[in-house]
Amino acid sequence: MKTDPNKDHLGKDPAGKDLTRQQYLDLYYYMRLNRAVEDTMVKLFRQNKIVGGLYSSLGQEAISVGTAYALEKKDWLAPMIRNIGALLVKGVPPRDIFTQHMAKYTSPTLGKDGTSHFGDLDNLHIVSPISMLGDLIPVMTGVAMAGRYLGQKIVAMTWIGDGGSSTGVFHEGLNFAAVQKAPFVLILENNQWAYSTPVKRQVPIENLADRAKAYGIASYIVDGNDVVAVYRTAKEAVDRARAGDGPILIEAKTMRMRGHAQHDPAEYVPKDMFEHWKQRDPIEQYEKFLLEKKLLNAATKKELEQKMEALLNKDRDFAEASPMPPPELAEKGVYCTGDDCHKIAAQWERDKSEVMPPKSNIAAVWKVAAFGTGKGSGGKNAPIHFGDTAAAEEQKDNAAELSPKAPAKVVRNGAAKTTKVPAGKARR
Amino acid sequence: MPESRTSAANGAVNGAQGHGEPVTFLEAIKQAIFEEMERDPAVVLLGEDVGVYGGAFKTSEGLLERFGWERVIDTPISESAIIGAACGMSYLGLRPIAEMQFIDFIACCFNQLTNFVAKGHYLWNAPAPIVVRGPSGGGVHGGPFHSANPEMYFVHTPGLKVVYPSTPYDAKGLLKAAIRDNNPVLFFEHKFLYRRIKEVLPAGDYTVPLGKAIVRREGKHLTIVSYAAMMHTALEAAEALAKEGIEAEVIDLRTLLPLDEETILESVKKTNRCLVVHEDTKTGGIAGEIAAILCEKAFGYLDGPLMRVTALDTPVPYAPPLEEHFLPNAKKIFAAAKELARY
Repeated sequence: MKTDPNKDHLGKDPAGKDLTRQQYLDLYYYMRLNRAVEDTMVKLFRQNKIVGGLYSSLGQEAISVGTAYALEKKDWLAPMIRNIGALLVKGVPPRDIFTQHMAKYTSPTLGKDGTSHFGDLDNLHIVSPISMLGDLIPVMTGVAMAGRYLGQKIVAMTWIGDGGSSTGVFHEGLNFAAVQKAPFVLILENNQWAYSTPVKRQVPIENLADRAKAYGIASYIVDGNDVVAVYRTAKEAVDRARAGDGPILIEAKTMRMRGHAQHDPAEYVPKDMFEHWKQRDPIEQYEKFLLEKKLLNAATKKELEQKMEALLNKDRDFAEASPMPPPELAEKGVYCTGDDCHKIAAQWERDKSEVMPPKSNIAAVWKVAAFGTGKGSGGKNAPIHFGDTAAAEEQKDNAAELSPKAPAKVVRNGAAKTTKVPAGKARR
Repeated sequence: MPESRTSAANGAVNGAQGHGEPVTFLEAIKQAIFEEMERDPAVVLLGEDVGVYGGAFKTSEGLLERFGWERVIDTPISESAIIGAACGMSYLGLRPIAEMQFIDFIACCFNQLTNFVAKGHYLWNAPAPIVVRGPSGGGVHGGPFHSANPEMYFVHTPGLKVVYPSTPYDAKGLLKAAIRDNNPVLFFEHKFLYRRIKEVLPAGDYTVPLGKAIVRREGKHLTIVSYAAMMHTALEAAEALAKEGIEAEVIDLRTLLPLDEETILESVKKTNRCLVVHEDTKTGGIAGEIAAILCEKAFGYLDGPLMRVTALDTPVPYAPPLEEHFLPNAKKIFAAAKELARY
């Protein structure tokens, strides 16, 4: 893979090289919208109009927006609670986010759950998160596997934090995705704090992307406050996953600029740490870049802000005017009652007969050295044995084919570097 | 007094009209999976050693050769990944069957099942048509980690369905119904029954509806409610009771969640006495729930206390004398029923 050290940092990027002006402006709009939606909710929270907790993604907008922007419409995502920006990019209107937080009957879950805990299987292809972090990793692996099986050529994406990366299901899910070579991209948002516990007290390694090595998958490290670098990295990862390279882990380094939630003043965070990161605000940095590169001017900016304000006012008014759910709703919907409730049908984009006898294929569908081929066993009559050791020659070929493709790309501190880490080695 | 755990080991209990050779419980499960995969390409199977090896109990033997790698998926030893992936697949319209090599291991994916899978439809309108199946139960000296009856953890989880059949006919029909159901269904297969019980199955496709109990033996003096392997033990006790002039009605629950209250209530309103027998441990077992339902809905009909014969409140011990002491048997059921009949 070619890496151009100048390509990845926005300050050095020749404007328009591989993003259109509209794409640059989209990234800006969605980051602004992400922050504005949350600012609106802070006001609602202070007015006691938000029923439960409110979790801020202040300072992390570039990650939500830049990664989700790399997906196509047909792709699937599953956010974490702070990925409001990803939801906006995927097409969720702000009113859904307001009504969710305010527990309104008009919300996607009709008031049964709050925050970003909602999804849309049919249109937007969003899987709802739950509070037990890491669970979405195997779920999205399954989404990716099903998409491949049905011939849909989709990519599945989800997010995890530095904290959530220590769960058992993180390991189970990523390992399974890796061995399945699932078209799956995992964004690890290292915001340096799991509630009050700093990352150094959670994990004894410097780069969480190093965990990818354990699963034999490719990984990237990116400056999570640089939306263009995040987008480019995510785009490359999504393209590779779609092309059959298997799952990819991206560590985006950033800083959580608020407490765990509204109730938490985050007094455990050193003040100078906040100061340091405040200078690196993703939106301010990006706006400066856009103005310098003349991708944005005062008039465009004002127009965009007016558009945003009108949308937010409309959606906030809608949410405030919406009713709470009727109490009896609590009793409903535990079970799907059948076809009258949900007509479940897979969308086949390949010929079904390929997976039905007698066409079902017992040859491996993706290449894993010495797996499923019977090679090395010397027995033509044993087409599906995998216990045999691959011939030395074959292993060598395999290593040569796979190792140099995916160096871990490090984009941070204003300069891009390429490490020696052959993250693609052993990638299967 | 007979000591063996099943009297029905060599014959059909449901009297279904069949054809051909009698098949084992294991074979019935295998047929259900095979026929559903043959019928619908959305049905896939995943689990530990289900592919090349054909499953620890050979319930998926030959499926890989017929349906291929994409549909018969060997997984790492990662129960949470198995359930998570099955759920994710179901969101795209597939109907995955996830195998737990032993149902004891379902505890490893408890969170995935109870917090994610079970709540999806209620919270965000996302049905998850998956089946989680695996060998359960004791009596085969499998020891404390290969003999469990963990059904009640899940009966306490709204959003799941819990099925626990007792005959090959039901195993096949209920498994097919579970695969076609739009909800997550946990399907418990009592491994004591796997090879000990045979039945002639009907030709062609059939299902047994979820959530419906069945009266296995009619009687007028008391009702014995049971399920899975213990249903056979209860029938055995009922035969012994009949020789003493006590006619027990035996109900096989078949599905524990949703529970068929109607069949239980109807029977108890007739017999006025109820004994619940289960291999699960006593505290928090389904007997307690049935007792509460009878108190709420049939209190005036009861001539005596609800009684229960269950396993002890301990882990499943390994040594045969210990396990035999731990488990209910026909003798214990017989004694309890005699006592209840005196009311």
